[in-house]
Amino acid sequence: MFVEGLRAYGLIAGMWVRSGMTYRTSFVFTVFGNLLMTGLDFVGILLMFTQVDSLGGWSLPEIAMLYGLSVTSFGIADMLLGSMDVLGARMRDGSFDVLLVRPVPVLAQVGADRFALRRLGRVAQGAVVLGWALSSVDVEWTAVKVLLVPVMVLSGAAIFSAVFVAGAAFQIFAQDAAEVQNAFTYGGTTLLQYPPTVFGKDLVRGATFMLPLAFVNWVPAAHILDRPYPIGLPGWASFASPLVAVGCCALAGLAWRTGLRSYRSTGS
Amino acid sequence: MDDVFIELDGVEKVFDVRRKTGFLKRERRRVRAVDSISFTVARGEMVGYIGPNGAGKSTTIKMLTGILTPSGGRLRVAGIDPSRERTRLAHRIGVVFGQRTTLWWDLPLIDSYKLMHRMYRIPDARYRENLSRLTELLDLGDLLDVPVRQLSLGQRMRGDIAAALLHDPEVLYLDEPTIGLDVISKTRVRDFLRQLNAERATTVLLTTHDLQDIEQLCSRVMVIDHGRLVYDGALDGLHEAGESERTLVVDLERELPPIEAPPPARVVRVEGARQWLAFPASASASELVSRIAAEYPLVDLSVREPDIEAVIAKMYEDRAGRPVT
Amino acid sequence: MGSARLYLSVAVGGFRRYASYRAATAAGVFTNTVFGLILVYTYLALWDERPGLGGYDQAQAVTYVWLGQCLYATLAIQGGGAEKELMERIRTGEVAVDLYRPVDLQLWWLAGDVGRAAFQLLGRGLVPFLFGSLFFTMALPTEAAAWLAFAVTLVLAAVVSFAIRYLAALCVFWLMDGMGIGQVLMITGVFFSGMVLPLNVFPGTLGEVVRVLPWAAQIQVPADVLMGETDPSAAFAFQAAWAVALLAAGRLLQSVATRRVVVQGG
Repeated sequence: MFVEGLRAYGLIAGMWVRSGMTYRTSFVFTVFGNLLMTGLDFVGILLMFTQVDSLGGWSLPEIAMLYGLSVTSFGIADMLLGSMDVLGARMRDGSFDVLLVRPVPVLAQVGADRFALRRLGRVAQGAVVLGWALSSVDVEWTAVKVLLVPVMVLSGAAIFSAVFVAGAAFQIFAQDAAEVQNAFTYGGTTLLQYPPTVFGKDLVRGATFMLPLAFVNWVPAAHILDRPYPIGLPGWASFASPLVAVGCCALAGLAWRTGLRSYRSTGS
Repeated sequence: MDDVFIELDGVEKVFDVRRKTGFLKRERRRVRAVDSISFTVARGEMVGYIGPNGAGKSTTIKMLTGILTPSGGRLRVAGIDPSRERTRLAHRIGVVFGQRTTLWWDLPLIDSYKLMHRMYRIPDARYRENLSRLTELLDLGDLLDVPVRQLSLGQRMRGDIAAALLHDPEVLYLDEPTIGLDVISKTRVRDFLRQLNAERATTVLLTTHDLQDIEQLCSRVMVIDHGRLVYDGALDGLHEAGESERTLVVDLERELPPIEAPPPARVVRVEGARQWLAFPASASASELVSRIAAEYPLVDLSVREPDIEAVIAKMYEDRAGRPVT
Repeated sequence: MGSARLYLSVAVGGFRRYASYRAATAAGVFTNTVFGLILVYTYLALWDERPGLGGYDQAQAVTYVWLGQCLYATLAIQGGGAEKELMERIRTGEVAVDLYRPVDLQLWWLAGDVGRAAFQLLGRGLVPFLFGSLFFTMALPTEAAAWLAFAVTLVLAAVVSFAIRYLAALCVFWLMDGMGIGQVLMITGVFFSGMVLPLNVFPGTLGEVVRVLPWAAQIQVPADVLMGETDPSAAFAFQAAWAVALLAAGRLLQSVATRRVVVQGG
């Protein structure tokens, strides 16, 4: 079923890409706009650093590393599943039912909805910042630390994907409240662009144990940069991101199934 | 023996509806959208499913297609429980939502078909064959390369019907297939459906507000109201159930007082030499005609069938726990 | 006087329409509160490092954050107000109908957008602001005069905000598609209004430039008026000047655009 889902995802995403191409002038424009828009946060950070040398005790390259990791992994998830906020509208206008009479997993169809290549803008922008940060950050690179970087990006993408799926499941119950998930998706990636030392301990605890976004970059990056994490965690936690990602995806999948079952029994 | 294809046995669908009754006050109410419905449809039948808005039509269709899970009863389509094996069933059914296109708005029509080809894993040879047959029958040849957004409503509906049939479904559900179409498009769609049913023995279940659809296509009609099946049978029988009357229009040689017809037949209107007689739809016209011809100077006559719309309206009016056929 | 009544009813309509999206409003309140929380901590860290940055103390920086969240939807900082609907009407050509109505097109849309802004302020903006004042130390005035001045500056901010977006919407007459211009609105709105960082923190020449652009009238000026960081009459003059200039530009562009529509075959 997973393979079937991926295949269906590819088919539908391909259709959306082709649809998008029919507005060619807009396409170039929006890719550029997307890049610029997502870069504003980083410009904000750069502006801050025209006034200070460190924030929460972290230097610019260190924060840039957090930023790059957060934006790249979020960007991947956003590109893959970022349009699920149209789900509520689809349920209201009835077009969601069409997806349910197709012989492929509904989640794959919803995930591929409105797929747009312009979203690569965010990934590219995050990757550029990450590249710069990795080359300028003051770290004694070991094999393990080097390996941790791609692991973080992929696990982070999976964790954010789980947030998107959970958000979609939530929309089934509260169709008009699609914006709530922005607090966790866009809010989440914004949170992770700044060092954990900036935030109150309760917020860090919440982002570590309740909605474990901290495993996208905070926890493993603290290990790479040899910085103490504001709340005590065992040493292996720095390597736990893939595990956390798997757990998040499983929970999100469960939430989606519950949501879908509820839709099919209540019709709303 | 009938080859049963769709089988419903005491199927129910109950919704919990929350309604605002005041500021922050909500009232929970159970609504039986579908209330213990039982029927079977044989392979190759063409059935009209009618009823007023909110009667439970689309809820039934949604259960048949696996979109909604029934709250009770037993439901099988092609031996499959739709709610449990939604994707397996999807390969065997075709669905057309009249007011909502499933075609890709910005892309040429053919692109939507190519997607169906791959999504339903239709073997290449069969896809090509079906596409060329449907293109011909639905007259889509010139439209395949046109972006869907540029198609007229009628063209889009034909495009949607073709999309729903590319994978050779054994049953086709149509939800208001002729809504909003002009007369020519309606005729085209109906002709096609008749042909599809005759040649491929595809089972067709359609909901409609247009009773001409039913009159021209369906030998059998089911009427649902308030979640209950209030009629299931031949179109003719619907008149009986609705206690409807046919009209005999008689042209006499000259102006005469109202004809003294044997009850329950009676004159309802006189206009010069022409008289209108109402008689039960179930009764034979020939007996009445010969009686009149024997006693009156008859010039010409014609029989008018009852207006089915009026029949159904009447049924809704006086239905009070009338047993289902 | 009859027309004043008309525009008032348009404004009330705008208010009502947005008031009917209850769940969406609640969701927006939640999201603005979460974003406010994140920003407050980063600003506190920044002001910790550089006390007195931009002439603000910590309480003022915190106030700025929550005011920004309060005005984010109210002033449609990233777009999504009346201009979105207008763009759609221009794109589909329905705007031709509006042109034949015996009303002033610009005033009509302004009235609707002010109604929307009023609802967004009360329904969506107020709660995050109150949340902020409850859990963080803010620099709020105690005398009524300051709040009165704040009310005036908010009205002017709403007009400037509308005037910018109206100009952008009219561009669709030439672009035929609102997507690109919508994105420009979003980027300029977020950056130059001071959503990313207060404009008084922007360094050097960049800072001097952004503080005189019209977007400064949206969050920076109201914030400074509220916290007594600027002379209210100077602030009003700045906002009013931009409002008049932009509305006039909107009128000019509108007349060029309508001539175009008529020529094209209206």
